[in-house]
This record gives sequence, C-alpha cells and structure tokens, in this order.
Amino acid sequence: MRRLIPYPLRSLALLACWLILNQTLHPAHWLLGALLGIALPPALSALTPRVTTLRRAGLALALLGVFIKDIVVANFEVARLILGPESAIRPRFVWVPLGITNEQGIAVLAAMITMTPGTLSADIAPDRRWLLVHAFNVDDEAALIGDIQQRYERPLREIFT
Amino acid sequence: MNSAAWVDWIVAALMVGGAAFALVGSYGLAKLSDFYKRLHGPTKATTLGVGGVLLAACVFFISAGRGGTEQILVALFLFITAPVSAHLLVKAVLSLNAADRPPQPPDDGQGRP
Repeated sequence: MRRLIPYPLRSLALLACWLILNQTLHPAHWLLGALLGIALPPALSALTPRVTTLRRAGLALALLGVFIKDIVVANFEVARLILGPESAIRPRFVWVPLGITNEQGIAVLAAMITMTPGTLSADIAPDRRWLLVHAFNVDDEAALIGDIQQRYERPLREIFT
Repeated sequence: MNSAAWVDWIVAALMVGGAAFALVGSYGLAKLSDFYKRLHGPTKATTLGVGGVLLAACVFFISAGRGGTEQILVALFLFITAPVSAHLLVKAVLSLNAADRPPQPPDDGQGRP
C-alpha cells in the first residue's frame, strides 16, 4: 500500500479537486480521479526537495480561522488608508527573522503574509533566516514582527515538521 | 417575505460588498504614487473582493440546488497563484532598483536571528 500510494495526502487532495471540478460523484470519475491521484504525485516529487509531513490538523484549522479574520480586519484598514490622504501612509520594508526552517512552511508563511492586505513578502535571505516584508503602513516595526511570529509562524512551525 | 427573497438579498449584499472592495483596491492602484504602495491595492482586491463574489456565488448555487463547491477551488487556486505573481513583481523591481532593498540585519552570533 505504501509503495502504491507514497503520498496519500496529495493523492486525496487531487481526487477531491477532480470530483469538485467535474461536479459529480459518478463512479467513473472516482476511478479517473483515483488514477490521477496515484499517478501524479510521484511525477511531481522530483520538484519537491524533501517530503514534509503535516501534523496538528486542529491547529491548522485554528490558524485558518485566525487568517480569515485577519484578512477581513486588514481589508477595512487598508481601504481606509487608500481612501484617506496619501501623506498619512507610512510604508517601509521590514526584515522578519524566521524561526521556521521547513521550505514548504516558509512558502506558506510568505503566501499568507502576501494575502493579508497591508503586508507583502518581497524577498528571502539566501540563508533563509530572514524574510523581507513590505508593510503598507507601519508605526511599530517590532509589533509587526511580533504579530507575524506569534500569529502565523509559531503555528506553522508546529504544522510543518 | 419568502425565503427566496432573503437569499436574493444576501447574494446581492455579498456581491456589492465584494465589488466595493475590488473597486477600492483598483482605486488604490490608480491613485497611489509609489510602486510598492500601489502593489497593496490589487492584493486587497483578490482577497475580500473576490471572496465576497465567491461567497455570493456559493450561496446562490446552493440555494438553487446546483452544487456550490467549485468556488472553494477558485479560492484555493487564487491563494496559490496570487502571492507568486505579487512576489515576482516585487522581486523584479528590487533587482532594478537595488538601492530600495534595505541591508539584511546581522545575526546575533548564535546561529539564529
């Protein structure tokens, strides 16, 4: 079983994507989706440097909740700034130290920072210990760094091991 | 008021709300002066703007009894692709204007920042 389906999570995700895309639960599509789910992940494995195991599904769900709430709050904040005078906006670059070492974890963290309005991940240090973040409006650099570490990085470090 | 009318109101509110955020995001892109500031407008539009419209579509199709799950995939694919394009744009500008990039802070000597 392990040899036939080496990446069960990816296989399941592909099967789910296939069924939702086709909007059907017809047995033929279950079969086709299962075949794709078995055939594609090994072909993609050449692209991923190492296999990551995901843990703490409950924590991941809690993180998703925090993330969605942050998106809504930040959207209103950035909308207010855009509609106000431009001189009130104080943008700047901030280097955020990374405690997380897993590559996929860093990628998810960078994507989450970009998707939250008001912050944008711009670059990563060659040694992957610092993430360059552009903030739309920041008064307190330390608070921004603390927020990112506390809300996103710490949970991600436990999920991606 | 019957239930169908309620659904219509919810769908309409979500659509207009999402469109309003997309509009503000585009307005930011047009109004702001500096490249880095302008980039924050479109990333806004893809979250709550598209999110509101997707939620409206979800509610509509579920109430009509015709699925309502494809929208999850749209959101998923957007969340995978949008950060990559934003990241590439910033990277391109940073390599054109190397002076904009702040120097990397030194490590504290313990091997960790």
